[in-house]
Amino acid sequence: MEEILEFFYTNKEIIFIVILSVFLGVEVISNVPAVLHTPLMSGANAIHGVVIIGAIIVMGHASTTSTMILGFIAVVLGTLNVVGGFVVTDRMLEMFRKKSKKK
Amino acid sequence: MNELITLKETIEFTLGESVLEISYVVASVLFILGLRMLSHPDTARRGNIWAAVGMGIAIVATILFHKMEGEPIGNVGYIIAAMVLGTIIGWIVALRVKMTAMPQLVSFFNGMGGGAAALISIMEFPHISQSLVQQYGMLNGQVLSILLALMIGSVSFAGSMVAFGKLDGWIKDITTPLLRYINIALLVVLVGFIVYIMSLGSINPKDVMYLVYIMFAVALVYGVLFVMPIGGADMPVVISLLNSFTGLAAAMGGFLYHNQAMITGGILVGSAGTILTILMCKAMNRSLVNVIIGAFGGQASGAEKEKGAVKETTSTDAAIMLNYSRKVIIIPGYGLAVAQAQHLAHELDKLLEENGVEVKYAIHPVAGRMPGHMNVLLAESDVPYDKLVESEEINEDIENVDVAVVIGANDVVNPAAEDDPSSPLYGMPIVKANKAKNTIVLKRGMGKGYAAVENYLFYDDNTKMLFGDAKSSLQELVNEIKQL
Repeated sequence: MEEILEFFYTNKEIIFIVILSVFLGVEVISNVPAVLHTPLMSGANAIHGVVIIGAIIVMGHASTTSTMILGFIAVVLGTLNVVGGFVVTDRMLEMFRKKSKKK
Repeated sequence: MNELITLKETIEFTLGESVLEISYVVASVLFILGLRMLSHPDTARRGNIWAAVGMGIAIVATILFHKMEGEPIGNVGYIIAAMVLGTIIGWIVALRVKMTAMPQLVSFFNGMGGGAAALISIMEFPHISQSLVQQYGMLNGQVLSILLALMIGSVSFAGSMVAFGKLDGWIKDITTPLLRYINIALLVVLVGFIVYIMSLGSINPKDVMYLVYIMFAVALVYGVLFVMPIGGADMPVVISLLNSFTGLAAAMGGFLYHNQAMITGGILVGSAGTILTILMCKAMNRSLVNVIIGAFGGQASGAEKEKGAVKETTSTDAAIMLNYSRKVIIIPGYGLAVAQAQHLAHELDKLLEENGVEVKYAIHPVAGRMPGHMNVLLAESDVPYDKLVESEEINEDIENVDVAVVIGANDVVNPAAEDDPSSPLYGMPIVKANKAKNTIVLKRGMGKGYAAVENYLFYDDNTKMLFGDAKSSLQELVNEIKQL
Protein backbone atom coordinates (compact mmCIF):
# COMPACT_ATOMS: atom_id res chain seq x y z
CA MET A 1 0.00 0.00 0.00
CA GLU A 2 2.74 2.40 1.01
CA GLU A 3 4.58 1.67 -2.23
CA ILE A 4 1.51 2.50 -4.25
CA LEU A 5 1.07 5.80 -2.44
CA GLU A 6 4.75 6.59 -2.91
CA PHE A 7 4.47 5.70 -6.60
CA PHE A 8 1.58 8.11 -7.00
CA TYR A 9 3.41 10.82 -5.16
CA THR A 10 6.65 10.56 -7.12
CA ASN A 11 4.88 10.29 -10.45
CA LYS A 12 2.10 12.76 -9.87
CA GLU A 13 2.93 15.01 -12.84
CA ILE A 14 2.96 12.10 -15.25
CA ILE A 15 -0.28 10.73 -13.86
CA PHE A 16 -1.80 14.17 -14.36
CA ILE A 17 -0.60 14.35 -17.96
CA VAL A 18 -1.92 10.87 -18.68
CA ILE A 19 -5.38 11.51 -17.27
CA LEU A 20 -5.74 14.88 -18.97
CA SER A 21 -4.46 13.46 -22.27
CA VAL A 22 -6.98 10.63 -22.12
CA PHE A 23 -9.83 13.11 -21.75
CA LEU A 24 -8.37 15.35 -24.44
CA GLY A 25 -8.13 12.47 -26.89
CA VAL A 26 -11.73 11.46 -26.25
CA GLU A 27 -12.96 15.04 -26.43
CA VAL A 28 -11.12 15.87 -29.62
CA ILE A 29 -12.33 12.78 -31.44
CA SER A 30 -15.94 12.52 -30.40
CA ASN A 31 -17.29 15.22 -32.73
CA VAL A 32 -15.70 13.88 -35.86
CA PRO A 33 -17.92 13.40 -38.91
CA ALA A 34 -17.73 9.89 -40.37
CA VAL A 35 -16.27 11.38 -43.54
CA LEU A 36 -13.06 12.15 -41.74
CA HIS A 37 -12.63 8.85 -39.89
CA THR A 38 -10.03 7.47 -42.27
CA PRO A 39 -7.87 10.61 -42.50
CA LEU A 40 -8.16 11.04 -38.76
CA MET A 41 -7.04 7.52 -38.07
CA SER A 42 -4.17 8.07 -40.43
CA GLY A 43 -3.26 11.37 -38.80
CA ALA A 44 -3.36 9.83 -35.33
CA ASN A 45 -1.22 7.04 -36.72
CA ALA A 46 1.40 9.58 -37.73
CA ILE A 47 1.32 11.24 -34.32
CA HIS A 48 2.19 8.09 -32.43
CA GLY A 49 5.28 8.07 -34.60
CA VAL A 50 6.54 10.30 -31.77
CA VAL A 51 8.05 7.04 -30.60
CA ILE A 52 10.90 8.05 -32.92
CA ILE A 53 12.14 10.35 -30.14
CA GLY A 54 12.76 7.26 -28.04
CA ALA A 55 14.52 5.65 -30.97
CA ILE A 56 16.75 8.70 -31.40
CA ILE A 57 17.61 8.75 -27.69
CA VAL A 58 18.49 5.06 -27.63
CA MET A 59 20.47 5.32 -30.86
CA GLY A 60 22.21 8.42 -29.54
CA HIS A 61 23.62 6.46 -26.63
CA ALA A 62 24.31 3.19 -28.40
CA SER A 63 27.91 2.01 -28.16
CA THR A 64 28.06 -1.66 -29.22
CA THR A 65 27.57 -2.81 -32.80
CA SER A 66 24.43 -4.75 -31.99
CA THR A 67 22.73 -1.81 -30.27
CA MET A 68 23.83 0.43 -33.14
CA ILE A 69 22.16 -1.87 -35.63
CA LEU A 70 18.98 -2.20 -33.58
CA GLY A 71 18.94 1.54 -32.96
CA PHE A 72 19.38 2.25 -36.64
CA ILE A 73 16.46 -0.01 -37.48
CA ALA A 74 14.34 1.60 -34.76
CA VAL A 75 15.01 5.09 -36.15
CA VAL A 76 14.19 3.93 -39.69
CA LEU A 77 10.93 2.34 -38.52
CA GLY A 78 10.00 5.42 -36.51
CA THR A 79 10.72 7.70 -39.48
CA LEU A 80 8.63 5.50 -41.75
CA ASN A 81 5.76 5.83 -39.29
CA VAL A 82 6.08 9.61 -39.08
CA VAL A 83 6.78 10.52 -42.70
CA GLY A 84 4.54 7.88 -44.27
CA GLY A 85 1.74 8.73 -41.87
CA PHE A 86 1.76 12.45 -42.51
CA VAL A 87 2.23 12.20 -46.26
CA VAL A 88 -0.59 9.70 -46.67
CA THR A 89 -2.91 11.80 -44.52
CA ASP A 90 -2.05 14.86 -46.57
CA ARG A 91 -2.78 12.98 -49.77
CA MET A 92 -6.20 11.96 -48.53
CA LEU A 93 -7.05 15.44 -47.34
CA GLU A 94 -5.85 17.08 -50.53
CA MET A 95 -8.83 15.53 -52.27
CA PHE A 96 -11.28 17.05 -49.85
CA ARG A 97 -9.74 20.45 -50.31
CA LYS A 98 -9.85 20.31 -54.09
CA LYS A 99 -13.54 19.69 -53.92
CA SER A 100 -14.49 22.30 -51.37
CA LYS A 101 -12.71 24.92 -53.46
CA LYS A 102 -14.92 24.13 -56.41
CA LYS A 103 -18.06 24.39 -54.33
CA MET B 1 38.70 31.89 -14.63
CA ASN B 2 37.98 28.27 -13.98
CA GLU B 3 34.91 29.25 -12.04
CA LEU B 4 33.71 31.28 -14.96
CA ILE B 5 33.98 28.31 -17.30
CA THR B 6 32.04 26.05 -14.96
CA LEU B 7 29.38 28.72 -14.60
CA LYS B 8 29.09 29.07 -18.33
CA GLU B 9 28.74 25.31 -18.74
CA THR B 10 25.98 25.18 -16.15
CA ILE B 11 24.09 27.93 -17.91
CA GLU B 12 24.45 26.24 -21.28
CA PHE B 13 23.32 23.00 -19.77
CA THR B 14 20.13 24.46 -18.35
CA LEU B 15 19.54 26.53 -21.48
CA GLY B 16 19.58 23.48 -23.72
CA GLU B 17 17.38 21.57 -21.32
CA SER B 18 14.84 24.37 -21.17
CA VAL B 19 14.79 24.77 -24.94
CA LEU B 20 14.18 21.03 -25.17
CA GLU B 21 11.32 21.13 -22.67
CA ILE B 22 9.79 24.18 -24.35
CA SER B 23 10.01 22.41 -27.71
CA TYR B 24 8.19 19.43 -26.23
CA VAL B 25 5.45 21.66 -24.87
CA VAL B 26 5.10 23.33 -28.27
CA ALA B 27 5.07 19.93 -29.97
CA SER B 28 2.39 18.62 -27.61
CA VAL B 29 0.23 21.69 -28.21
CA LEU B 30 0.65 21.27 -31.96
CA PHE B 31 -0.34 17.58 -31.71
CA ILE B 32 -3.50 18.47 -29.81
CA LEU B 33 -4.42 21.35 -32.12
CA GLY B 34 -3.58 19.23 -35.14
CA LEU B 35 -5.84 16.41 -34.02
CA ARG B 36 -8.56 18.93 -33.22
CA MET B 37 -8.28 20.51 -36.68
CA LEU B 38 -8.20 17.09 -38.29
CA SER B 39 -11.73 16.60 -37.03
CA HIS B 40 -13.17 19.38 -39.21
CA PRO B 41 -13.27 19.16 -42.99
CA ASP B 42 -12.20 22.77 -43.54
CA THR B 43 -9.16 22.70 -41.29
CA ALA B 44 -8.17 19.04 -41.58
CA ARG B 45 -5.29 19.48 -43.97
CA ARG B 46 -3.79 22.32 -42.00
CA GLY B 47 -4.21 20.24 -38.83
CA ASN B 48 -2.16 17.46 -40.33
CA ILE B 49 0.60 19.89 -41.25
CA TRP B 50 0.56 21.45 -37.79
CA ALA B 51 0.98 18.05 -36.20
CA ALA B 52 3.82 17.30 -38.63
CA VAL B 53 5.53 20.58 -37.70
CA GLY B 54 5.17 19.65 -34.04
CA MET B 55 6.82 16.33 -34.77
CA GLY B 56 9.64 18.07 -36.64
CA ILE B 57 10.28 20.43 -33.72
CA ALA B 58 10.33 17.56 -31.23
CA ILE B 59 12.76 15.54 -33.37
CA VAL B 60 15.18 18.38 -34.05
CA ALA B 61 15.14 19.52 -30.41
CA THR B 62 15.83 15.98 -29.24
CA ILE B 63 18.83 15.58 -31.50
CA LEU B 64 20.24 19.00 -30.55
CA PHE B 65 19.50 19.28 -26.85
CA HIS B 66 18.65 15.93 -25.34
CA LYS B 67 21.00 14.78 -22.60
CA MET B 68 20.97 11.55 -20.68
CA GLU B 69 23.00 11.72 -17.48
CA GLY B 70 24.81 14.69 -18.97
CA GLU B 71 25.65 12.88 -22.20
CA PRO B 72 24.37 14.54 -25.38
CA ILE B 73 23.02 12.53 -28.30
CA GLY B 74 25.83 10.82 -30.19
CA ASN B 75 25.93 8.89 -33.47
CA VAL B 76 24.21 11.89 -35.04
CA GLY B 77 25.48 10.94 -38.49
CA TYR B 78 23.90 7.51 -38.28
CA ILE B 79 20.67 8.93 -36.86
CA ILE B 80 20.37 11.35 -39.75
CA ALA B 81 21.23 8.61 -42.23
CA ALA B 82 18.51 6.40 -40.76
CA MET B 83 16.02 9.24 -40.91
CA VAL B 84 16.89 10.08 -44.50
CA LEU B 85 16.46 6.43 -45.42
CA GLY B 86 13.10 6.21 -43.61
CA THR B 87 11.93 9.46 -45.16
CA ILE B 88 12.75 8.41 -48.69
CA ILE B 89 11.08 5.02 -48.36
CA GLY B 90 8.07 6.38 -46.47
CA TRP B 91 7.57 9.27 -48.85
CA ILE B 92 7.77 7.17 -51.99
CA VAL B 93 5.50 4.44 -50.66
CA ALA B 94 2.97 7.01 -49.40
CA LEU B 95 2.86 8.82 -52.75
CA ARG B 96 2.87 5.78 -54.97
CA VAL B 97 0.15 3.71 -53.37
CA LYS B 98 -3.36 3.75 -54.80
CA MET B 99 -6.15 5.31 -52.79
CA THR B 100 -7.88 1.94 -52.57
CA ALA B 101 -4.88 0.51 -50.77
CA MET B 102 -5.00 3.23 -48.11
CA PRO B 103 -6.20 1.05 -45.22
CA GLN B 104 -3.41 -1.48 -45.52
CA LEU B 105 -0.89 1.32 -45.83
CA VAL B 106 -2.07 2.91 -42.58
CA SER B 107 -1.76 -0.53 -41.05
CA PHE B 108 1.76 -0.89 -42.40
CA PHE B 109 2.97 2.44 -41.03
CA ASN B 110 1.27 1.67 -37.75
CA GLY B 111 3.24 -1.55 -37.51
CA MET B 112 6.48 0.39 -38.05
CA GLY B 113 5.77 2.49 -34.97
CA GLY B 114 5.01 -0.60 -32.93
CA GLY B 115 8.22 -2.23 -34.10
CA ALA B 116 10.24 0.84 -33.13
CA ALA B 117 8.71 0.77 -29.62
CA ALA B 118 9.56 -2.92 -29.22
CA LEU B 119 13.17 -2.40 -30.33
CA ILE B 120 13.61 0.51 -27.92
CA SER B 121 12.49 -1.76 -25.07
CA ILE B 122 14.92 -4.48 -26.03
CA MET B 123 17.78 -2.01 -26.06
CA GLU B 124 16.82 -0.22 -22.87
CA PHE B 125 16.23 -3.31 -20.75
CA PRO B 126 19.93 -3.93 -19.95
CA HIS B 127 20.28 -0.25 -19.00
CA ILE B 128 17.64 -0.16 -16.31
CA SER B 129 18.85 2.22 -13.61
CA GLN B 130 21.08 0.34 -11.16
CA SER B 131 20.06 2.49 -8.22
CA LEU B 132 16.40 1.73 -8.88
CA VAL B 133 17.08 -2.00 -8.97
CA GLN B 134 19.09 -1.83 -5.76
CA GLN B 135 16.35 0.07 -4.01
CA TYR B 136 13.22 -1.69 -5.25
CA GLY B 137 14.45 -4.79 -7.07
CA MET B 138 12.90 -5.35 -10.49
CA LEU B 139 9.54 -4.25 -9.15
CA ASN B 140 9.74 -0.70 -10.45
CA GLY B 141 8.10 1.59 -12.95
CA GLN B 142 10.96 1.45 -15.45
CA VAL B 143 10.82 -2.31 -15.78
CA LEU B 144 7.07 -2.22 -16.10
CA SER B 145 7.05 0.43 -18.84
CA ILE B 146 9.83 -1.34 -20.76
CA LEU B 147 8.07 -4.69 -20.65
CA LEU B 148 4.66 -3.22 -21.50
CA ALA B 149 6.13 -1.26 -24.41
CA LEU B 150 7.81 -4.46 -25.60
CA MET B 151 4.61 -6.48 -25.38
CA ILE B 152 2.24 -3.89 -26.85
CA GLY B 153 4.71 -2.76 -29.50
CA SER B 154 5.44 -6.30 -30.72
CA VAL B 155 1.76 -7.27 -30.79
CA SER B 156 1.00 -4.09 -32.70
CA PHE B 157 3.85 -4.70 -35.13
CA ALA B 158 3.02 -8.34 -35.90
CA GLY B 159 -0.72 -7.70 -35.87
CA SER B 160 -0.45 -4.74 -38.22
CA MET B 161 1.64 -6.75 -40.66
CA VAL B 162 -0.98 -9.51 -40.71
CA ALA B 163 -3.78 -6.95 -41.12
CA PHE B 164 -1.75 -5.41 -43.95
CA GLY B 165 -1.36 -8.82 -45.60
CA LYS B 166 -5.02 -9.66 -45.20
CA LEU B 167 -6.24 -6.41 -46.72
CA ASP B 168 -3.73 -6.79 -49.50
CA GLY B 169 -5.08 -10.26 -50.13
CA TRP B 170 -2.03 -12.44 -49.58
CA ILE B 171 -2.98 -13.70 -46.13
CA LYS B 172 -6.19 -15.67 -45.75
CA ASP B 173 -8.35 -16.00 -42.66
CA ILE B 174 -7.62 -18.96 -40.47
CA THR B 175 -10.55 -19.76 -38.29
CA THR B 176 -10.32 -22.62 -35.90
CA PRO B 177 -11.86 -22.52 -32.44
CA LEU B 178 -8.57 -23.88 -31.17
CA LEU B 179 -6.91 -20.56 -31.97
CA ARG B 180 -9.06 -18.82 -29.40
CA TYR B 181 -7.66 -20.97 -26.60
CA ILE B 182 -4.12 -20.68 -27.91
CA ASN B 183 -4.50 -16.89 -27.90
CA ILE B 184 -5.81 -16.78 -24.36
CA ALA B 185 -2.96 -19.05 -23.29
CA LEU B 186 -0.37 -16.82 -25.03
CA LEU B 187 -1.79 -13.73 -23.37
CA VAL B 188 -1.53 -15.43 -19.98
CA VAL B 189 2.06 -16.41 -20.78
CA LEU B 190 2.93 -12.81 -21.70
CA VAL B 191 1.48 -11.41 -18.51
CA GLY B 192 3.23 -14.23 -16.65
CA PHE B 193 6.57 -13.13 -18.14
CA ILE B 194 6.03 -9.57 -16.91
CA VAL B 195 5.05 -10.72 -13.42
CA TYR B 196 7.97 -13.16 -13.24
CA ILE B 197 10.61 -10.68 -14.42
CA MET B 198 9.35 -8.05 -12.03
CA SER B 199 9.42 -10.46 -9.10
CA LEU B 200 13.10 -11.27 -9.58
CA GLY B 201 14.37 -8.86 -6.94
CA SER B 202 17.79 -7.23 -7.08
CA ILE B 203 19.42 -8.83 -10.09
CA ASN B 204 21.48 -7.58 -12.96
CA PRO B 205 18.97 -7.00 -15.80
CA LYS B 206 21.60 -8.18 -18.30
CA ASP B 207 21.39 -11.68 -16.84
CA VAL B 208 17.75 -12.10 -17.80
CA MET B 209 18.00 -10.72 -21.34
CA TYR B 210 17.14 -14.17 -22.68
CA LEU B 211 13.73 -13.87 -20.98
CA VAL B 212 13.17 -10.58 -22.78
CA TYR B 213 13.99 -12.16 -26.15
CA ILE B 214 11.64 -15.07 -25.50
CA MET B 215 8.94 -12.65 -24.46
CA PHE B 216 9.53 -10.65 -27.64
CA ALA B 217 9.08 -13.80 -29.72
CA VAL B 218 5.94 -14.84 -27.85
CA ALA B 219 4.47 -11.36 -28.28
CA LEU B 220 5.14 -11.48 -32.03
CA VAL B 221 3.43 -14.86 -32.30
CA TYR B 222 0.53 -13.56 -30.26
CA GLY B 223 0.21 -10.53 -32.54
CA VAL B 224 0.01 -12.77 -35.60
CA LEU B 225 -2.49 -15.18 -34.07
CA PHE B 226 -4.53 -12.35 -32.60
CA VAL B 227 -5.35 -10.88 -36.02
CA MET B 228 -5.33 -14.18 -37.96
CA PRO B 229 -8.88 -15.35 -37.19
CA ILE B 230 -10.49 -11.93 -37.45
CA GLY B 231 -12.54 -11.64 -40.60
CA GLY B 232 -11.93 -9.07 -43.28
CA ALA B 233 -15.08 -7.13 -42.46
CA ASP B 234 -13.74 -6.40 -39.01
CA MET B 235 -10.30 -5.38 -40.23
CA PRO B 236 -10.90 -1.60 -39.90
CA VAL B 237 -11.77 -2.08 -36.26
CA VAL B 238 -8.62 -4.11 -35.75
CA ILE B 239 -6.41 -1.52 -37.45
CA SER B 240 -7.91 1.21 -35.33
CA LEU B 241 -7.36 -0.92 -32.23
CA LEU B 242 -3.74 -1.63 -33.16
CA ASN B 243 -3.34 2.08 -33.84
CA SER B 244 -4.27 2.87 -30.27
CA PHE B 245 -2.00 0.03 -29.10
CA THR B 246 0.97 1.67 -30.78
CA GLY B 247 -0.05 4.94 -29.14
CA LEU B 248 0.13 3.20 -25.77
CA ALA B 249 3.49 1.65 -26.60
CA ALA B 250 4.83 5.11 -27.49
CA ALA B 251 3.48 6.47 -24.21
CA MET B 252 5.24 3.65 -22.33
CA GLY B 253 8.47 4.79 -23.96
CA GLY B 254 7.58 8.26 -22.72
CA PHE B 255 7.30 7.02 -19.14
CA LEU B 256 10.67 5.38 -19.50
CA TYR B 257 12.40 8.58 -20.60
CA HIS B 258 10.12 10.93 -18.66
CA ASN B 259 9.50 12.44 -22.05
CA GLN B 260 6.38 14.61 -22.08
CA ALA B 261 6.07 14.82 -25.87
CA MET B 262 6.02 11.03 -26.13
CA ILE B 263 3.56 10.70 -23.27
CA THR B 264 1.11 13.30 -24.60
CA GLY B 265 1.36 12.11 -28.19
CA GLY B 266 1.08 8.46 -27.26
CA ILE B 267 -1.75 8.75 -24.77
CA LEU B 268 -3.62 11.14 -27.06
CA VAL B 269 -3.53 8.60 -29.87
CA GLY B 270 -4.23 5.77 -27.45
CA SER B 271 -7.42 7.31 -26.17
CA ALA B 272 -8.52 8.85 -29.46
CA GLY B 273 -7.85 5.53 -31.17
CA THR B 274 -9.90 3.67 -28.60
CA ILE B 275 -12.84 6.03 -29.08
CA LEU B 276 -12.52 5.72 -32.84
CA THR B 277 -12.50 1.94 -32.48
CA ILE B 278 -15.68 2.08 -30.41
CA LEU B 279 -17.31 4.43 -32.92
CA MET B 280 -16.51 1.95 -35.69
CA CYS B 281 -17.89 -0.96 -33.69
CA LYS B 282 -21.05 1.03 -33.12
CA ALA B 283 -21.36 1.71 -36.83
CA MET B 284 -21.33 -2.04 -37.40
CA ASN B 285 -23.35 -2.78 -34.29
CA ARG B 286 -20.72 -5.14 -32.94
CA SER B 287 -19.10 -5.18 -29.57
CA LEU B 288 -15.33 -4.96 -29.38
CA VAL B 289 -15.15 -8.20 -27.41
CA ASN B 290 -17.10 -9.88 -30.15
CA VAL B 291 -14.72 -8.63 -32.78
CA ILE B 292 -11.70 -9.90 -30.91
CA ILE B 293 -13.02 -13.24 -29.67
CA GLY B 294 -15.66 -14.25 -32.17
CA ALA B 295 -14.22 -14.83 -35.59
CA PHE B 296 -16.53 -13.08 -38.01
CA GLY B 297 -17.93 -14.77 -41.09
CA GLY B 298 -16.32 -18.16 -41.56
CA GLN B 299 -18.56 -20.89 -40.21
CA ALA B 300 -22.04 -19.47 -39.62
CA SER B 301 -23.78 -18.33 -42.76
CA GLY B 302 -27.29 -17.74 -41.47
CA ALA B 303 -30.49 -19.66 -41.98
CA GLU B 304 -31.10 -21.17 -45.38
CA LYS B 305 -34.07 -19.47 -46.91
CA GLU B 306 -36.14 -20.03 -50.00
CA LYS B 307 -34.22 -18.31 -52.78
CA GLY B 308 -36.07 -16.69 -55.61
CA ALA B 309 -34.62 -16.71 -59.08
CA VAL B 310 -31.86 -14.31 -59.95
CA LYS B 311 -33.02 -11.86 -62.56
CA GLU B 312 -30.38 -10.62 -64.90
CA THR B 313 -30.70 -7.37 -66.77
CA THR B 314 -28.84 -5.75 -69.63
CA SER B 315 -27.13 -2.39 -69.60
CA THR B 316 -29.70 -1.08 -72.13
CA ASP B 317 -32.64 -1.93 -69.87
CA ALA B 318 -30.85 -0.64 -66.83
CA ALA B 319 -29.98 2.61 -68.62
CA ILE B 320 -33.61 3.19 -69.60
CA MET B 321 -34.79 2.43 -66.11
CA LEU B 322 -32.32 4.88 -64.61
CA ASN B 323 -32.93 7.61 -67.13
CA TYR B 324 -36.68 7.68 -66.55
CA SER B 325 -36.53 7.65 -62.77
CA ARG B 326 -36.98 10.65 -60.55
CA LYS B 327 -34.85 9.56 -57.68
CA VAL B 328 -31.81 7.34 -57.85
CA ILE B 329 -29.37 6.39 -55.12
CA ILE B 330 -25.97 4.90 -55.72
CA ILE B 331 -24.69 2.55 -53.04
CA PRO B 332 -20.96 2.14 -53.55
CA GLY B 333 -18.91 -0.60 -51.98
CA TYR B 334 -15.38 -1.85 -52.02
CA GLY B 335 -15.95 -3.47 -55.43
CA LEU B 336 -16.30 0.00 -56.91
CA ALA B 337 -13.01 1.00 -55.40
CA VAL B 338 -11.21 -2.13 -56.53
CA ALA B 339 -12.43 -1.67 -60.08
CA GLN B 340 -11.27 1.99 -59.91
CA ALA B 341 -14.73 2.90 -61.14
CA GLN B 342 -15.41 5.89 -58.91
CA HIS B 343 -14.82 8.34 -61.77
CA LEU B 344 -17.31 6.50 -63.96
CA ALA B 345 -19.83 6.47 -61.14
CA HIS B 346 -19.49 10.23 -61.00
CA GLU B 347 -19.90 10.47 -64.76
CA LEU B 348 -23.08 8.41 -64.52
CA ASP B 349 -24.49 10.62 -61.82
CA LYS B 350 -23.65 13.78 -63.77
CA LEU B 351 -25.38 12.42 -66.87
CA LEU B 352 -28.47 11.47 -64.92
CA GLU B 353 -28.59 14.85 -63.20
CA GLU B 354 -28.45 16.57 -66.58
CA ASN B 355 -31.47 14.51 -67.56
CA GLY B 356 -33.35 15.66 -64.48
CA VAL B 357 -32.84 12.67 -62.22
CA GLU B 358 -32.04 13.33 -58.58
CA VAL B 359 -28.95 11.31 -57.66
CA LYS B 360 -27.52 10.77 -54.20
CA TYR B 361 -24.83 8.48 -52.88
CA ALA B 362 -25.72 6.36 -49.88
CA ILE B 363 -22.57 6.03 -47.84
CA HIS B 364 -22.61 3.22 -45.36
CA PRO B 365 -20.35 3.99 -42.40
CA VAL B 366 -18.14 0.98 -43.12
CA ALA B 367 -18.42 0.86 -46.89
CA GLY B 368 -15.01 0.14 -48.29
CA ARG B 369 -12.51 -1.16 -45.82
CA MET B 370 -12.47 1.68 -43.34
CA PRO B 371 -14.99 4.19 -42.06
CA GLY B 372 -14.88 7.17 -44.36
CA HIS B 373 -12.86 5.24 -46.93
CA MET B 374 -15.64 5.58 -49.50
CA ASN B 375 -15.84 9.32 -48.92
CA VAL B 376 -12.15 9.66 -49.64
CA LEU B 377 -12.45 7.64 -52.82
CA LEU B 378 -15.46 9.57 -54.11
CA ALA B 379 -13.83 12.84 -53.14
CA GLU B 380 -10.93 11.77 -55.32
CA SER B 381 -13.26 11.77 -58.32
CA ASP B 382 -14.79 15.15 -57.44
CA VAL B 383 -18.21 14.01 -56.29
CA PRO B 384 -19.65 17.01 -54.43
CA TYR B 385 -19.86 16.75 -50.67
CA ASP B 386 -23.60 17.31 -50.37
CA LYS B 387 -24.33 14.33 -52.56
CA LEU B 388 -22.81 11.93 -50.08
CA VAL B 389 -25.57 11.05 -47.67
CA GLU B 390 -25.21 8.79 -44.68
CA SER B 391 -27.19 5.59 -44.84
CA GLU B 392 -29.53 6.46 -41.95
CA GLU B 393 -30.71 9.57 -43.73
CA ILE B 394 -31.21 7.66 -46.99
CA ASN B 395 -33.19 4.95 -45.23
CA GLU B 396 -35.77 7.48 -43.96
CA ASP B 397 -36.84 8.17 -47.51
CA ILE B 398 -35.92 4.92 -49.20
CA GLU B 399 -39.51 4.03 -50.20
CA ASN B 400 -39.52 7.00 -52.57
CA VAL B 401 -36.35 5.97 -54.30
CA ASP B 402 -37.05 4.66 -57.78
CA VAL B 403 -33.81 2.84 -58.33
CA ALA B 404 -31.07 1.90 -55.93
CA VAL B 405 -27.86 1.11 -57.79
CA VAL B 406 -25.61 -1.14 -55.77
CA ILE B 407 -22.07 -1.01 -57.12
CA GLY B 408 -19.67 -3.54 -55.72
CA ALA B 409 -21.32 -3.51 -52.31
CA ASN B 410 -22.69 -6.61 -50.65
CA ASP B 411 -22.76 -6.93 -46.88
CA VAL B 412 -23.84 -3.34 -46.32
CA VAL B 413 -27.09 -3.97 -48.24
CA ASN B 414 -27.77 -7.47 -46.91
CA PRO B 415 -31.31 -7.56 -45.54
CA ALA B 416 -30.32 -10.49 -43.32
CA ALA B 417 -28.84 -7.88 -41.01
CA GLU B 418 -32.40 -6.81 -40.29
CA ASP B 419 -34.53 -9.91 -40.36
CA ASP B 420 -32.37 -12.97 -39.81
CA PRO B 421 -31.21 -13.28 -36.19
CA SER B 422 -29.07 -16.30 -37.09
CA SER B 423 -26.98 -14.33 -39.57
CA PRO B 424 -23.58 -13.16 -38.40
CA LEU B 425 -24.47 -9.78 -39.86
CA TYR B 426 -27.62 -9.51 -37.76
CA GLY B 427 -27.93 -6.14 -36.09
CA MET B 428 -25.57 -4.25 -38.39
CA PRO B 429 -27.22 -1.12 -39.77
CA ILE B 430 -27.60 -1.43 -43.53
CA VAL B 431 -28.66 0.65 -46.48
CA LYS B 432 -32.15 -0.73 -47.04
CA ALA B 433 -31.81 -1.17 -50.78
CA ASN B 434 -34.46 -3.90 -50.63
CA LYS B 435 -37.05 -1.24 -49.68
CA ALA B 436 -36.43 0.86 -52.78
CA LYS B 437 -38.86 0.44 -55.67
CA ASN B 438 -36.19 -1.19 -57.81
CA THR B 439 -32.66 -2.27 -57.23
CA ILE B 440 -29.93 -2.81 -59.78
CA VAL B 441 -26.89 -4.67 -58.53
CA LEU B 442 -23.63 -4.31 -60.42
CA LYS B 443 -21.56 -7.28 -59.49
CA ARG B 444 -18.95 -9.52 -61.00
CA GLY B 445 -20.69 -12.77 -60.09
CA MET B 446 -22.78 -14.37 -57.45
CA GLY B 447 -19.88 -14.53 -55.01
CA LYS B 448 -20.42 -13.69 -51.39
CA GLY B 449 -19.29 -10.49 -49.76
CA TYR B 450 -16.36 -10.02 -47.45
CA ALA B 451 -18.29 -11.43 -44.50
CA ALA B 452 -18.94 -14.60 -46.57
CA VAL B 453 -22.69 -14.41 -46.02
CA GLU B 454 -25.38 -15.18 -48.59
CA ASN B 455 -27.25 -12.05 -49.64
CA TYR B 456 -30.96 -12.54 -50.28
CA LEU B 457 -31.28 -9.09 -51.73
CA PHE B 458 -29.96 -10.54 -54.98
CA TYR B 459 -32.89 -12.95 -55.18
CA ASP B 460 -35.48 -10.30 -54.44
CA ASP B 461 -38.30 -9.72 -56.90
CA ASN B 462 -37.38 -6.09 -57.39
CA THR B 463 -33.69 -6.76 -57.85
CA LYS B 464 -32.01 -7.02 -61.20
CA MET B 465 -28.44 -8.12 -61.55
CA LEU B 466 -26.04 -6.55 -64.01
CA PHE B 467 -23.07 -8.88 -64.06
CA GLY B 468 -19.61 -7.77 -65.01
CA ASP B 469 -16.68 -5.77 -63.76
CA ALA B 470 -17.96 -2.55 -62.16
CA LYS B 471 -15.88 -0.42 -64.48
CA SER B 472 -17.04 -1.94 -67.76
CA SER B 473 -20.64 -2.20 -66.57
CA LEU B 474 -20.66 1.46 -65.63
CA GLN B 475 -19.00 2.39 -68.91
CA GLU B 476 -21.74 0.56 -70.80
CA LEU B 477 -24.42 2.25 -68.72
CA VAL B 478 -22.91 5.66 -69.41
CA ASN B 479 -22.71 4.94 -73.15
CA GLU B 480 -26.29 3.69 -73.25
CA ILE B 481 -27.64 6.73 -71.43
CA LYS B 482 -25.76 9.02 -73.80
CA GLN B 483 -27.50 7.35 -76.73
CA LEU B 484 -31.00 7.66 -75.27
